[in-house]
Amino acid sequence: MSYDNELYQQVILDHNRKPRNFHEMKDASHSCHGVNPLCGDDITIYLDVDENEGVIKDVSFQGSGCAISKASTSLMTTFLKGKKIDLARKTKDEFHKMILGELDPEKEEHGLGKLTLFMGIREYPSRTKCASLAWHTLIGALDKKQEGISTE
Amino acid sequence: MTDSNTAVTGNPVIDVEKIRKDFPILSQTVRGKPLIYLDNGATTHKPLRVIERVSKFDSEEYGTVRRGAYKLCEHSTQLYEDARKKIADFLGAEKPGEIVFTSGTTQAINLVAHSFGKRFINKDDEIIISNIEHHANTVPWQILCEERGAKLKVIPVNDDGELVMEEYEKLLSNKTRMVAVNHVSNALGTVNPVKEITQKAHAAGAKVLIDGAQSTPHMKLDVRDIDCDFYTFSGHKMYAPSGIGGVYGKMDLWEEMPPYVTGGDMIMQVTLEKTTYAKPPARFEAGTPPITQVIGLGEAIDYLNEIGMDNIAAYENSLLEYGTALLNDIEGVRIIGNAREKASLISFHVDAAHPHDVVTMLDQDGISCRGGHHCAQPTMIRYGVPATTRASMAFYNKTEELDALAESIKKCIRLFSE
Repeated sequence: MSYDNELYQQVILDHNRKPRNFHEMKDASHSCHGVNPLCGDDITIYLDVDENEGVIKDVSFQGSGCAISKASTSLMTTFLKGKKIDLARKTKDEFHKMILGELDPEKEEHGLGKLTLFMGIREYPSRTKCASLAWHTLIGALDKKQEGISTE
Repeated sequence: MTDSNTAVTGNPVIDVEKIRKDFPILSQTVRGKPLIYLDNGATTHKPLRVIERVSKFDSEEYGTVRRGAYKLCEHSTQLYEDARKKIADFLGAEKPGEIVFTSGTTQAINLVAHSFGKRFINKDDEIIISNIEHHANTVPWQILCEERGAKLKVIPVNDDGELVMEEYEKLLSNKTRMVAVNHVSNALGTVNPVKEITQKAHAAGAKVLIDGAQSTPHMKLDVRDIDCDFYTFSGHKMYAPSGIGGVYGKMDLWEEMPPYVTGGDMIMQVTLEKTTYAKPPARFEAGTPPITQVIGLGEAIDYLNEIGMDNIAAYENSLLEYGTALLNDIEGVRIIGNAREKASLISFHVDAAHPHDVVTMLDQDGISCRGGHHCAQPTMIRYGVPATTRASMAFYNKTEELDALAESIKKCIRLFSE
């Protein structure tokens, strides 16, 4: 049986079941641990960054959590490979605005691509942290935050 | 009304459709679906008569309490003390003065831990809690133990969510000063044998606090029969406004205990050098209390008494049995907590989906359930789950709503298993 769900779209469910780039990266140049203390989502993001070029060459993650947090992290990793760091930071801001309902991807310009799948989150304010944890943790990794990231 | 919506006695003691008309909020829709409210363990809704009583009080009768010699104040004070008598009678206390109002159970336990602790807990003393306590009945005792150099002991639970009484007996000793356990577990629904727990604690010379946040809405209570030393409650879990609750305590203990919060109203006399304290319960009610909320609590108790707590317990038990059978029939659903004695609360794990995804899926069908650790992380650790989904029922719920819950869970499982 298949039907459309406003929030749990097939791509999101697929990334939840089969997360991409879901492994530890032994020789990562950057990494960061992020948690949602209230709901227990727990991820670690690994990056292989070319500092000279300012490019994210590779990205992976590990962890556990709800479907939204897992799919959001998985889709983020597929988006980031080969992207410039500046673009990654800009995308984080756009993604965050979109899930808070401050950016309407159907009306405004953006570079979110497939990430607009998470637009439905704006109807579920209690779930925004599930979707944004990946991106906060990414920034934590880029900024080399040793203490990790907590959404609380 | 269907047969399944009458109490197990076979008598239609609860006419649920009639009851539902008392609660204005229940007739609304959520995300386009009729609201199905199954988070009563978190907070309950208010019947119209409580809403109207509070409104009338604020519109026509409001005044401060205990400190003015004029009509509004005298009238408010009378109503405030009447409400204290209502909750005292509801709990089976001997005297209204044994009830101290607080903002709720959390503050009530903090009050006792702080005040009883200051007076009675010393180095190497022991305090016993259980493995299925709310954080509100865990953290205050942990902090007290740290401060006083005392030890915290924990009663284990079996796989069904019942306290292991043999282990409890082994924990008791002449060092035990306090046993603090809930009457009903908010995470599992277990009804604990509080009378037996109290007898054994007293035999060892310890005092007993029962966290009644989850029991007061569901069953007839008699604190004198239980013989516990303290019993806490939260108004907002028993159809009254939020911000009001309290604790019953035996008067001889209250009299020996120092104040917790200090300031106005809790004093006998203040000079710049020294303060003497008022008698209980005023000693523990510093500052202007939540007067309106107390009046609302009194009205909620009148309402519960008119329906009858035995009727409520019988009806809610029929909901529990109905819901348990439905959920047990769903493949991929595991109920966490299968104690022989349970209140109308079902905690469950869905193999296919994380509890937060389950509650979002339920919410899409208008169903309000809690997904999380229920402020009982040690309980979740004991059962090896990060969180559960919890359906907690009230006497305004009906079997059709549990049917809808089961269907929505099945839909969630299908979507997440595709």
